[in-house]
Amino acid sequence: MNWRHSLAFGLLAAALSSAQAIEFNQLQLNKSALSFVSKQMNVPVEGQFKSFRSKLAFDPAKPAAAKAELEIDLASIDAGSKDANDEVASKAWFDTKAFPVAKFVSTSFKSLGGNRYEVAGRMTIKGRTLDLTTPVTMRQEGNSATFEGSLVLKRADYGIGEGMWADFGTVANEVQVKFRLVATAGAATAK
Amino acid sequence: MAIALHWLIAIAIFGSFALGIYMADLPLSPQKLKLYSWHKWAGVTIFLFVVVRLGWRLSHRPPELPAGMPAWQSKAAEATHALLYVLMIAIPLTGWLMSSAKGFQTVWFGVLPLPDLLAKNEDLGKLLAEVHGLLNWGMAALVVAHVGAALKHHLMDRDDVLTRMLPFLRHPAAGDMK
Repeated sequence: MNWRHSLAFGLLAAALSSAQAIEFNQLQLNKSALSFVSKQMNVPVEGQFKSFRSKLAFDPAKPAAAKAELEIDLASIDAGSKDANDEVASKAWFDTKAFPVAKFVSTSFKSLGGNRYEVAGRMTIKGRTLDLTTPVTMRQEGNSATFEGSLVLKRADYGIGEGMWADFGTVANEVQVKFRLVATAGAATAK
Repeated sequence: MAIALHWLIAIAIFGSFALGIYMADLPLSPQKLKLYSWHKWAGVTIFLFVVVRLGWRLSHRPPELPAGMPAWQSKAAEATHALLYVLMIAIPLTGWLMSSAKGFQTVWFGVLPLPDLLAKNEDLGKLLAEVHGLLNWGMAALVVAHVGAALKHHLMDRDDVLTRMLPFLRHPAAGDMK
């Protein structure tokens, strides 16, 4: 057996052992996306956050032990136009200077069967922390897993768009948030 | 019918033109979003009326121009009318396209979404905004010529070119109520 064979065997063995206890914990930002759709005068307007970080620990064999944290840099928003980006940084909206980061911390992962999970956690935006739950589907491809889901946030719950913007007739209260987080199984975390 | 469509569309165009100029320089506010939506709804509505009007025009012969008009004036009148029709179609279309390019879909009366014919593209959006504006100023110039010519017919030539478009102002004895 030459060195190529032993390398192949080694990789195979590694793959097999990691299949038994794989933990997806390295966020791939360039493959991930955090987008939202708001409605202005009933016109859907897409936006996204370009910069966010996530601490993930997800073992498909032990979903209940999974953990997720997400930190979103609110200054990285693209709300559809330059005017809108400047506007939503203001005090009436995200007040980005005072509250630069929005944060989600999971409190529980529940398996709904198949690839579906329900994740509960606490969302903090603009200094207000509220409970939220969201469905998540997980798709595993080799060494990486894609977590996708969408949920509706009510902007008024977090004081996003106050004062003259508080009227839902122009900008709807409901904001559809969509996320796609791709994580690879990196170096195992010590537990 | 032709007269009713003429005045309906004229009033709607004046309103949308004024609204367009006013709203463009407003700072971002809920009011601005509302005005933009109203302007777009008006544009779609005008476009539909113009389509009906074009159909009517193509299927009905307009009254003859007064006899004895110099040939260059008939030609100018014809060209002005043709260009006004082109602009009445082109201006709403460029507005629709610029909305799509800027990433703000047009949803007619907040109910009926128009398909986006263009993908979002900031530079293209700016270009189309320029085109939309230029076409509007072009139309404003043509409307000035159109109104000026109508007044000239009425005040200097003393023919019925203007009054036949104003059925309610026409002297009952002078009109044959066709």
